[in-house]
Amino acid sequence: MTDALKRAAPRNPILPLRVPTLPPGQRSRAALRWTASVAEGRFELQSCHDCGQIQYPPRDACTNCLSIRLTWKPVSGRGDLISETLLHHSNELYYRARVPLRLGLVRLAEGVTVLTHLHGDCPVAKANESIPVRVRAHLDKAGQAALIALPATDTPNMADDRMLREMTSDPKFRKVLITDGKSATGQALVKAFVDAGADIVWAGLSEPWKQPPGFDAISKLPNVTVVPLELTDPRSVEDLAGSIGGKVDILVNNAEVHRAHGIGDRRGTETARAEMDINYFGLLRLAQSFGPALRARAADSAVPSTAWVNILSIYALSALPGQGTFSASKAAAFSLSQTLRSEMRGAGIRVVNVFPGPIDDEWTQTLPPPKLAPAALAKAVVKALKDGVEDIYPGDVAQDLFTKWQESAKVLEREMWDQ
Amino acid sequence: MTAAPYQGVVIATPVSIPYVRYSTKDAHWFLARALSALLKTSGLKKSDLDGLGVSSFTLFPDTAVGLTQHLGLSPRWLDHLPFGGASGVIALRRAARAVQCGDASVVACVAGDANHVDSFRANLANFSRFARDAVYPLGSGGPNASFALLTSHYMQSTGAEPADFGKLCVAQRANALRFPSTLFKKPLTLDEYLNARPIADPLKLFDCVMPCAGSEGFLVMGEDRAKRLGIPYARILGTIERHNAFPEDPIQNRGGWAMDQDHLYSQAGFGPPDIDLFEAYDDYPVINCLQFEGLGLCREGEAPAFIRKNTFTIDGSLPFNTSGGQLSVGQAGAAGGFLGLVQALRQVTGQAMKTQVENARHALVSGFGMINYDRGLCTGAAILGRA
Amino acid sequence: MSASDSPAHVLSGVLDALASQNLRVVDLSQTLSPRFPQIVLPPEFDQCAPFRMEEISRYDGRGPAWYWNNISFGEHTGTHFDAPVHWITGRDLPNAATDSLPARSFIAPACVVDCSAQAAQDADFLLTVDRLRAWEVQYGRIPEGSWLLMRTDWSKRTDPVAYQNFDAAGQHTPGPDVAAVEFLVHDRGVIGFGSETIGTDAGQAAHFRPPYPCHAIMHGNGRLGLQCLCNLDLLPPTGAIVIAAPLKILHGSGSPVRAIALVAG
Repeated sequence: MTDALKRAAPRNPILPLRVPTLPPGQRSRAALRWTASVAEGRFELQSCHDCGQIQYPPRDACTNCLSIRLTWKPVSGRGDLISETLLHHSNELYYRARVPLRLGLVRLAEGVTVLTHLHGDCPVAKANESIPVRVRAHLDKAGQAALIALPATDTPNMADDRMLREMTSDPKFRKVLITDGKSATGQALVKAFVDAGADIVWAGLSEPWKQPPGFDAISKLPNVTVVPLELTDPRSVEDLAGSIGGKVDILVNNAEVHRAHGIGDRRGTETARAEMDINYFGLLRLAQSFGPALRARAADSAVPSTAWVNILSIYALSALPGQGTFSASKAAAFSLSQTLRSEMRGAGIRVVNVFPGPIDDEWTQTLPPPKLAPAALAKAVVKALKDGVEDIYPGDVAQDLFTKWQESAKVLEREMWDQ
Repeated sequence: MTAAPYQGVVIATPVSIPYVRYSTKDAHWFLARALSALLKTSGLKKSDLDGLGVSSFTLFPDTAVGLTQHLGLSPRWLDHLPFGGASGVIALRRAARAVQCGDASVVACVAGDANHVDSFRANLANFSRFARDAVYPLGSGGPNASFALLTSHYMQSTGAEPADFGKLCVAQRANALRFPSTLFKKPLTLDEYLNARPIADPLKLFDCVMPCAGSEGFLVMGEDRAKRLGIPYARILGTIERHNAFPEDPIQNRGGWAMDQDHLYSQAGFGPPDIDLFEAYDDYPVINCLQFEGLGLCREGEAPAFIRKNTFTIDGSLPFNTSGGQLSVGQAGAAGGFLGLVQALRQVTGQAMKTQVENARHALVSGFGMINYDRGLCTGAAILGRA
Repeated sequence: MSASDSPAHVLSGVLDALASQNLRVVDLSQTLSPRFPQIVLPPEFDQCAPFRMEEISRYDGRGPAWYWNNISFGEHTGTHFDAPVHWITGRDLPNAATDSLPARSFIAPACVVDCSAQAAQDADFLLTVDRLRAWEVQYGRIPEGSWLLMRTDWSKRTDPVAYQNFDAAGQHTPGPDVAAVEFLVHDRGVIGFGSETIGTDAGQAAHFRPPYPCHAIMHGNGRLGLQCLCNLDLLPPTGAIVIAAPLKILHGSGSPVRAIALVAG
């Protein structure tokens, strides 16, 4: 039985900080392709286009017919646990701190043997008896895909398993900063994280003299603290980081300026500059001020710092001309988030990018449905953290545009003209 | 088409450079010492060597080619053997055919590895693509977890008990105490074996080899040449080799020898009962069991019963790993793949000194190597005969 | 003019008086800081930039022996000066931008009307003609070419939310009514209007007719504005000289200023 997660005890300040380490992170190119699909929330295995052979680990050719036409097929993960060991010793620093460790061999229904972590609730492996398990793929702390076998049916506190928690960023008992707690998405995010069991939700407030309806109620929710945060003012960002940065476990950057202008329909660059100042430079300021403490604390307790979430936009991938400068600012933020992911890698902090389509708020009044409700966006963000994925495309529009973008970004460019 | 017998070609000059736990020396140094010892013992000059077979993990970034310039050799036949524990048998197979067909006249086969303080981890990071992609990220930091999984499954399927494995380890340690350059100087009791520190369940400390530095070597040449040199030599009665056997088995519970067992004994012209001693590749006790079964000493799945029925010391019913095997001598990297072959050569040429098995006419040698993802890929075996 | 009244003598007399504290300098400006509120327009309009500072270096790797910042702000950020071109009504006037206004405009006497008690009671308090006439009974006629400064002690509201004082109906800050502006411009010929609040006009001035009279009428007649002043409570009702020189910005509509007053005694 998995023990329910306990709150981390306050750190003894005279003991040295436990430094984050990572599992081995080197992978072949074919294995990186597998990691990419896991990062996007899919569990697929390599499949031969010509003979249908399923194979693992990923290869450069079919192990059966040598074809180089390899595709990826979703698999259920159902399999039979045929052997297990309890590792007491490892040469890897990351695992030295985490032994004893259950590892197992699972024979998947597709006829492939996979080496996996074993969830604590999996029954003991038997050679002569079928022990059904469900294998899932998650990103490990090094940001690379790894397999873990779960019990065949859900068990109490299943998500609290130690190794599963290494691969995910559950908000439970964590301290979360929502950079703009005031906007419609911000209020929904604050509420969603309170509901997900966060110990503290800091709601960032800019321009306090402007308080939209609903914010007062949100600020009075349990565990919510309103904090001043002006993303255009580096001093404000630094001051807040100086005050709470050493405690933030999850940072959700939802602050944005969103206007509906292209190039020729507005003279001057002030609106575009205001969009860039928050959507791009705001991210840069936050990353500089909050990044170091977030990275340093990534292994400091059983509930360490864990994730950085960027609310981007599907239009970061392909511009919506009617919101052209907004799209450009989100594209800039997207590019910067790739660098952020690289810089967070050494600490095992997961950078989650959210690419919604139009959100049902005051800035999309002229866009027709379907639009994403702020509450739905917030729910998708919390789920992404619990699932440990990297990139999500919540809502029908985002899913549709992402599919099209993957098929051909050049075709989508023209389709966006009529959006 | 059946394989030609090994007429007119022999194996000679068993050489072992004593193992050390850690050394600052590189593989090149240990291999040089093995080559030097081969020349001294045989009376040959370096220029007499026209063939070279090399197996080493830590020679990187060099291969056998780099070694020719490093050590001043100009062979007309060169082989680099990345087969881990099967390297000895395979080196013998390659060299013997080269000499038989006239591509070389005297081939030196050497295997050896360095062991720096950080060698083990550095080697692991780049052991194989599959290990890097799908094994080491999960924590094993070495082969222990993989063999633990095989051992656990084997025990459950066959009813093997820890005491069965322990019996082999205890016997091997007793044998090792008679071998001059073992790293282990104390006897091992079954109690100590059973109560040792757990490494990866069900493996405990004495199920695992100790990595060290050292080297081994032998020569392959025409029988006439050996006679002219006046050195002891042995005949090659049969050899087999196989890679990636039984890929459809969900888990490795049999080794490639099972595919080629008949071929081995038909080359030799006799069967398992005529084997006088067995040098098996013992990186983990479970692999010893797969070799007993795979080479016909008992039926598949029946090694536990076989172990319980026999004794494995030098004077036992089946003298086994008579110098102690890797588990009691140490594993000097690729030299582990030569250790058994070199000891077998000593046995059938009467040079085994305190570890000599009486009347050793037929020695069976087995190799196993390169656990790539979830199973060892290389298997090989050879039977050496007294000349 | 006697020798003691000669311009050179007057100037040295000023220096002597400053040295002996017979003349004091009062600082009428708020600190230019990122925390200071700036005027906020409805979202469909482009906004005045708040004051921002980006450190270039601070005796560190970016510049080992020096400390300096790059700063950015709008022309109407912080304690600032409005030039007549700022409003549409003043757009065609000559010499009406910060670079073309004569420098003489930057030194003028000030009349300070204390409305602090009323503003404390009513955030929408409006300065009326009656109130101005009542002030004149006490302190004399408002001289031509002087500043009319409306003291409300609003600058003592250090909480930005209280300073901006928004609610769902908009901003609520005190200012002059339409008639008072007309009176000051046409009947008294003031050089301009100054306030402690975020604008010279009252917070609800969008609803006046004409809207924003202190901008529309003042600037339309070539007069000036000063906003976000402080320390008006340290000034006498009359007699102070205000020095407020905007930056000489090319075609500028205004700029932050260091407004100071020379006060006797």
